[in-house]
Amino acid sequence: MTEFDLATDSVRALNQSLHDSPQGHWRVSHPDGRHCIAAGVDAPVEIAIQGHVGYYCAGMNKQADIMINGSAGPGVAENMMSGSVRVSGNVSHCAGASSHGGLLVVEGDASARCAISMKGADIVVGGSVGHMSAFMAQTGRLVICGDAGDYLGDSIYEAVIYIAGKVGELGADCIEKEMTPEHLKSLKDLLTAAGVAADPGEFRRYGSARRLYNFNIDHASDY
Amino acid sequence: MCGIVGIYYKNKELNTQLGTMLASMLVQMSERGPDSAGVAVYRNTVHPSKTKLTLHAADPEYDWDGLGKLLAASLAADVEVKVRVSHAVVVTNAPLQELREWLGSNCPDVRVMSAGSTIEIYKEKGTPREFVDRFHLQDIHGSHALGHTRMATESAITTQHSHPFSTGLDLCLVHNGSLSNHNRLREQLQREGIEFQTDNDSEVAAGYLMWQLHQGASLKQALGSAINDLDGFYTFAVGTRNGFAVLRDPIACKPAVMAENDDWVAMASEFRAIAQLPGVEQATVWEPSPATVYSWGSE
Repeated sequence: MTEFDLATDSVRALNQSLHDSPQGHWRVSHPDGRHCIAAGVDAPVEIAIQGHVGYYCAGMNKQADIMINGSAGPGVAENMMSGSVRVSGNVSHCAGASSHGGLLVVEGDASARCAISMKGADIVVGGSVGHMSAFMAQTGRLVICGDAGDYLGDSIYEAVIYIAGKVGELGADCIEKEMTPEHLKSLKDLLTAAGVAADPGEFRRYGSARRLYNFNIDHASDY
Repeated sequence: MCGIVGIYYKNKELNTQLGTMLASMLVQMSERGPDSAGVAVYRNTVHPSKTKLTLHAADPEYDWDGLGKLLAASLAADVEVKVRVSHAVVVTNAPLQELREWLGSNCPDVRVMSAGSTIEIYKEKGTPREFVDRFHLQDIHGSHALGHTRMATESAITTQHSHPFSTGLDLCLVHNGSLSNHNRLREQLQREGIEFQTDNDSEVAAGYLMWQLHQGASLKQALGSAINDLDGFYTFAVGTRNGFAVLRDPIACKPAVMAENDDWVAMASEFRAIAQLPGVEQATVWEPSPATVYSWGSE
């Protein structure tokens, strides 16, 4: 176990160590809202962060399994490539922004623009998400066990949204779609992998109507 | 950029901690605003027959005692002056309008930072740490406070351009963001009799709230109307004589985090400003929702 106490050690020293000799288990105490904790890790290590973190925690994560025992500020796990990030509390806006792969689990609520421009990750939110979530999300899955704010899935490409609760006003070109047995199984497996106890049967599926990203010459006057 | 913070005590026994908590919050916001810092503190409410002003002079050797004596003699009033670095708090029974006129004619180097019964405003260029140390912020007790750390992007680094701004008695607002309809709104408010000291957009937001409060709106109602009438990006923390409120615009791209426990409510641009506060372990921490008014104290 490698221990870092951010009350005395710098975030830079922690991140440098994680980049230079990434092995085994790590424990980070007193994060106290500091930014960029455990950003850019590229190794199959396990990192436990004991407390609330600031901006861009676990950003660009590759391979590592990162547990945040607290809440996270803006951009947690942004641009994640693989591995997993789990947050026991709430997260601020832009959680999992542009994430390419891996699994982000938020046990509490996520704020605005969760999964914005997601490019292939899986994001599971135990609570609700704020407005403009999954904005322009290209591929990947966003699971919302609670409610979603307005403009869910605005300008969405091929990402898939599963939601159990209420949806505010839908974003442009986002529609409800049929929940096929294949989708049900995909969701069930994902909930199991995320360790989130929710009944897959209660979820609805949303995605792109595919009307927005193909320019239709017959409707040129409408644009 | 810029950092904003606010603290309001639900448990009034903690008023003695105000300066210490405010200081730690401001210093944590140094990276968001290294150019100047300022606070509005609510404390030591004066008798209804009196007015409290915070005055500022650029000259560090300014003769505040002289100003006090001259003011007392000229307006035949009781005048008490307490100096804090480049600022002085003046408590007097002279009528406010006469005070303003007298200061305008006799003390061209002095600016009125705040007026009311409870509010005091201190602000100065320099880092938050320098500000906290120079003004001995730890010694200040009070019921609630707002703070601002500024990263100057549009206008000069001077005390005058530092925040917070107060427009109207005991009202103060700190702002992270930018308004896009402030010029038109300022003109409208000027026609309604609201006066402005600068061309700053945040001051227009404060003026707008003052106008709403004059119309009889509660702080909560005034902020509810602001959602419709103010266009732009903003996270506001607002103080009145006995109230504290937070509002974010409907898009909410300017950061804000709040924490509340049995003793206090705190807001800041980033959690690290709150992380140091005693009792934070028992606090609920959340991000305020867009276009939602959060208020405490006055209705």
